Amino acid sequence: MWHSFRNLLRHRALIQSLVARELKARYRGSVFGFLWSFINPLLLLAVYTTVFMTIFTPPQGEGVDTQPYALFLFCGLLPWTWFSASLLDASNSLLVGGNLIKKLLFPAEVLPIVSVLANGVHFLLGLPIYFLFWFVFKTDAVSLHALWLPVVMLVQLVFTLGLALFLAALAVHFRDIRDILANVLTLWFFMTPIIYPLSFVAERAPWQITWVIGYLNPMSHILNGYHTAIFAGELIPWKRLPVTLAVALLLLFVGYFFFDRLRDSFPEEV
Amino acid sequence: MPAGAAIIIDRVSKQYRRFAHTHRFLTLKSAIVGGNMFAALAPDQIFTALDDVSATVERGETFGVIGGNGAGKSTLLKIIAGTTKPTTGDAEVKGKISALIELGAGFHPEISGRENVFINGIMLGLTRAEITERFDDIVAFAELEEFIDAPVKNYSSGMYMRLGFSVAIHVDPDVLLIDEVLAVGDESYVHKCLDKIAEFKRRGKTILFVSHGLETVNRLCDRVMWLRDGQVQVIGDPPRVIGAYRSWVAHKEEESLAAGHQRRLEEAASDEAVEEQQPLVGEDAPTAAQGGRAPAEEAPTPDLGAEGADKQGAEAPYEPGRWGSRQVSIEEIRLLDAAGEQRYVFACGEPMTIEMRLSAAKPVEDFVFGVGIFNPNGVCCYGTNTDIEKFEAGSLTGEATVRVVIPELNLIEGTYYLDAAVHRRDSFTYDYQRGLCRFRTTSTVGDVGVARLQHTWEFDGSVVWQRTGGIAPAGE
Repeated sequence: MWHSFRNLLRHRALIQSLVARELKARYRGSVFGFLWSFINPLLLLAVYTTVFMTIFTPPQGEGVDTQPYALFLFCGLLPWTWFSASLLDASNSLLVGGNLIKKLLFPAEVLPIVSVLANGVHFLLGLPIYFLFWFVFKTDAVSLHALWLPVVMLVQLVFTLGLALFLAALAVHFRDIRDILANVLTLWFFMTPIIYPLSFVAERAPWQITWVIGYLNPMSHILNGYHTAIFAGELIPWKRLPVTLAVALLLLFVGYFFFDRLRDSFPEEV
Repeated sequence: MPAGAAIIIDRVSKQYRRFAHTHRFLTLKSAIVGGNMFAALAPDQIFTALDDVSATVERGETFGVIGGNGAGKSTLLKIIAGTTKPTTGDAEVKGKISALIELGAGFHPEISGRENVFINGIMLGLTRAEITERFDDIVAFAELEEFIDAPVKNYSSGMYMRLGFSVAIHVDPDVLLIDEVLAVGDESYVHKCLDKIAEFKRRGKTILFVSHGLETVNRLCDRVMWLRDGQVQVIGDPPRVIGAYRSWVAHKEEESLAAGHQRRLEEAASDEAVEEQQPLVGEDAPTAAQGGRAPAEEAPTPDLGAEGADKQGAEAPYEPGRWGSRQVSIEEIRLLDAAGEQRYVFACGEPMTIEMRLSAAKPVEDFVFGVGIFNPNGVCCYGTNTDIEKFEAGSLTGEATVRVVIPELNLIEGTYYLDAAVHRRDSFTYDYQRGLCRFRTTSTVGDVGVARLQHTWEFDGSVVWQRTGGIAPAGE
């Protein structure tokens, strides 16, 4: 496994060019081209904002201001899209890139990693849009606590990579994973404080749910990190986030180990 | 590692595992419920693609691998390339390796040829700077200067292959693996590729060459390995190994042709059993009334006259079968070689004898024996009968043997069908066996057409050859 890891480091240039290729190929042939990286989150934001402005009242948490709601929502939606799209792409990546694994001398883990990184670039492209809207909706300046953002992103990156490697390897043997995953992600979306603040659940949900959302779900802590750092402009949860990072690192280790164990079966199964 | 070895294949075996469909479901269940994923992934069936293969390829050597389909050639190449791991054993390669296994495997259809060259090059182990340096050469060799900025999805398969080949060859490896990649691309490009490979050879690079093109293998390789059912059959000089392989192939074809002959005879017999249910055909009844599978086919044997052939082509395709009244029946057809042994595969130019064993239920006075040789397109390559050759029938009683002795079977390489018949001069058929007997001719020369015309080449003094060729006399 250590050998594989060192081998992976040697393939930085490959990962870099594959991420670039992924981004280039994605919108090739469409009219707006690269602009879609900006338009997509905008449209998504428009949909959710419309729903929560006209049909539902935005969920309010105890002592937490979620106004303006569009900004609150966008703050959670952007990283979630990175997370869910990464997992969906990664679980497909070995099957789509089967040719590469079979025909070229190619470290397979590059493919799920590229999926996560390419979606990460989309996330980064969404951030300027977010801050643009910040100045439209809110008059005050962005808090200095927004500088914690890279830390939160790092935790999310590690967590997503671990899961992505695990799912990608599993999906080679069980194609069912892709369908299961899509549904699990929908559930997971609602079990994570994205459309509501974390404190919202504690007030009304049964304790089991509160427990899952408030403690067990790593994405809760990561999303809460985004909310506090950007939206609320406060110090990130400095106790929970390191714990989440530890869990994420463990998951990355386990995921990579699992991937490495199944590696030899990929060329025959994809 | 012995000094100078470039590739060492050490007792390599490869087993492929197969899983039943239900097995998958159970595995997922037990993986979820019991958590014993690794144990549950045990296979149901094991297929051995390579069995204890060992070989050493010296530096600078061109090493060929031949063998039938499924003999494990490609698996071996993948193991050497490192894309597949051997189940047991070890394959070691010294130096930088480039595999021409699946050309353009890494191409992304949506982006341009230019971008693909870079990404493919990086995948094959080049740095960006190295690719920039070689870019013009790569494009020039692929002959794609005009199209390099078009998306690869718009390329023809030939363009795709050329670009893939060009990138792979410009990696400038120490060891080059080539697997039957020259199948695409027009002839001139194939020659260009072969020249490039020869240039590699001159520069002292190691090449491992897998191909079905035995002539190319013979020309390029220093040594050849013949793989058979995953095992090394023999390793040695190209002419010897290729010769051994060819005769094995001939032997195998012989067996399958013999089995086919037997099967078709049985099929024809059972077809006739059905036809006999129909009203019996009297000796003088119009032959068309026979119905069944031979309507109006009572042309003089064999159907070789221009008229007959045309009619044949228009109305009924060449289809094996047997029909006739059987007053005289062909009991057996055998193809014999010079030694009188029954064979189904003949070298072009070898002697062949067609032997028919006949039996006449009642003595007949009007009879014609005929044979015809057809190729798979239904083209009559040659046909004749005793009537055409002005034999006049006397009488035929009881058992008889008819032999057509061909001193030189000058048919080009291919599969042929034999028609044999006994009929009356007015085309009423006693027994007609169409295509029930098949044989193959083999040739070491790739001449084309239908038959080989006897010839020699003559040149005047101003023509100089590095090596003289020509068709060797039969039987060598």
